[in-house]
Amino acid sequence: MGTHKLLEVSNLSVEFETYGGVVKAVRGVDFSVDAGEVLAIVGESGCGKSVTVQSIMGIIPMPPGKITGGSAKLKGEEILGLQAQAANQFRGKEIGMIFQDPMTSLNPTMTIGAQIAETLKVHRGLSTQQASEIASELLIRTRIPEAQKRLNQYPFEFSGGMLQRAMIAQSLACSPSLLIADEPTTALDVTIQAQILDLLKELQSRDGMAIILITHDLAVVARTAQNVCVMYAGQIVEQGSVDDIFYKSAHPYTLGLKLAMPSNVSQQNKKLEPIPGSPPDLFSPPSGCGYAARCPHAMRICHKENPPLFSDPREPLHAARCWLQAPGAPKTQGLYQPNLIASHGA
Amino acid sequence: MIETKNLKKHFHVGRNQTLHAVDGISLSIAENEILGLVGESGSGKSTFGKTLIGLHERTAGDVFFKGSPLPQKYTAKDHLRYSADIQMIFQDPYASLNPRMTVLDIIGEGLALKGIPRADIQDEVGFWLRRVGLHPDHMSRFPHEFSGGQRQRIGIARAMIIKPKFVVCDEPISALDVSVQAQVVNLLEDLKDSLGLTLLFIAHDLSMVRYISDRMAVMYLGTLVESGPSDAVFFEPKHPYTRLLIQSNPEADPVLERTRPSAELTGEITSPINMGPGCRFADRCPEVMPQCQSVTPESRLIASDHQVACHLYDER
Repeated sequence: MGTHKLLEVSNLSVEFETYGGVVKAVRGVDFSVDAGEVLAIVGESGCGKSVTVQSIMGIIPMPPGKITGGSAKLKGEEILGLQAQAANQFRGKEIGMIFQDPMTSLNPTMTIGAQIAETLKVHRGLSTQQASEIASELLIRTRIPEAQKRLNQYPFEFSGGMLQRAMIAQSLACSPSLLIADEPTTALDVTIQAQILDLLKELQSRDGMAIILITHDLAVVARTAQNVCVMYAGQIVEQGSVDDIFYKSAHPYTLGLKLAMPSNVSQQNKKLEPIPGSPPDLFSPPSGCGYAARCPHAMRICHKENPPLFSDPREPLHAARCWLQAPGAPKTQGLYQPNLIASHGA
Repeated sequence: MIETKNLKKHFHVGRNQTLHAVDGISLSIAENEILGLVGESGSGKSTFGKTLIGLHERTAGDVFFKGSPLPQKYTAKDHLRYSADIQMIFQDPYASLNPRMTVLDIIGEGLALKGIPRADIQDEVGFWLRRVGLHPDHMSRFPHEFSGGQRQRIGIARAMIIKPKFVVCDEPISALDVSVQAQVVNLLEDLKDSLGLTLLFIAHDLSMVRYISDRMAVMYLGTLVESGPSDAVFFEPKHPYTRLLIQSNPEADPVLERTRPSAELTGEITSPINMGPGCRFADRCPEVMPQCQSVTPESRLIASDHQVACHLYDER
């Protein structure tokens, strides 16, 4: 592997052609994932978080989808724009993926065992017998009780939490170095969510598997992630360690999300502060900052020019796409504003 | 304001099998109070809400609204009569609005049924659109022209225009984004204060329920395991299930999350079909005792207005 990151995405842009015009769903996204790291991509519906990872996996429908620029390198090798056959070499083998809705992501006409075994047969060339043995081990690893019996059952015989475990088992079949989890616990109850998050954390710490966790829930991020990208209107607006994002929020949107959620940390009830308005239309994204129209601190420049990512040279990994981080910007209550000098990717 | 006594709703699911969706719930909601009802999927909280207001015919028990009993089986006339005082806001803002009706017709339907002239309905709908943060010009549009949060506001306006006394909100915010959830929750609180409403707020988001409710009730497999003032239930839970439920609720605070022990509640909610006596939580309970398997625990008062149904609190 040498100096390569496990996954390095740079300047990724994705568009969709629709009857209404071209939707610029992802507009220049950069991030990287190291081996054994849990990276959370957080944002609201329509911010482009799912499209980002689906483009990397090559599973957005094209057309109407179109990757208009950028690159994604897995261990130094380009994986964007590969033909189906070449893509199948890394999909499922190097990168596993689990989805939000386990009910519709598994094949209802195949037994759970057969679906897991299929992965093993295709990627590792195992016999049916060998594959089913490993499938049963995988179910045990994801803590599915009575694994042997469960192998011969169909998805409808599983509960939501069990299906999510089965899907994790399937994605682990080829010991991928990266697991992409797209809202893995959104459809589940909190008690089951806690169990699944614990399972993911265990896989990461014991097997050194890297995880990209897509979610809209900041509490899930706080529980699971080491590093975080906050997405808004197709761009990353803030990135940093989980502590940077929660305790030194440098973008008004991150701050807004935090204030809009109830907290039980102090027992007082702070009035929730909703973010007014709704996200911009990505048919014609604003020329300025995507958040300017909803931002309580927007300045004149915010409506005109999209800010670059600013970061403090002393902590280069924490960056925010906000003009309030430019040198000489006014001080803003609640916002973390170190005296930033460097900017990159203007 | 509204009170249930031993309310039961069973569904027959064929071959002598009975699904005990709601199994003996006694609960009362005071005037101008928000009661938050939490529980996992399959615990029967939505069925309770619907049975309470007559959308399901109840199997047994009584419901009293302002002291007078509500009918066991609603006739069309009963629905018309009680809907003036009792309304419901539904979970899915995409499925609960008729796509072929304009916003004016959707919100104004309740008034039209009362025989109010159309011009007055238009004024009133315009007023309510503004009240829930939309624009009166929106009344000629159809539901598909709105976002999820806007549709939920239309659902709220439809319920509120009747000036009800009691509203059941069945997961009104689960389908919405975080920033929009706060808008809707604040709107509901405002309306409660200005109209003197009483709300039953059904949700599975514990933090949000604690935030909005005065009192909180926890359901497990059709039974009520604990109820009391929201902060008492949230910060000093007494029932082992409530304790584990709250323990698994993540907080948006990484430092706190790092010290949180891993999930202790193993297994999943069991099937509510053909259940025998005993505590419903017994097979997953870390503090299970012999009598839990055979004797159904009674709900008892352990502090002012704080009730628990658990043998741990039996008098010895």
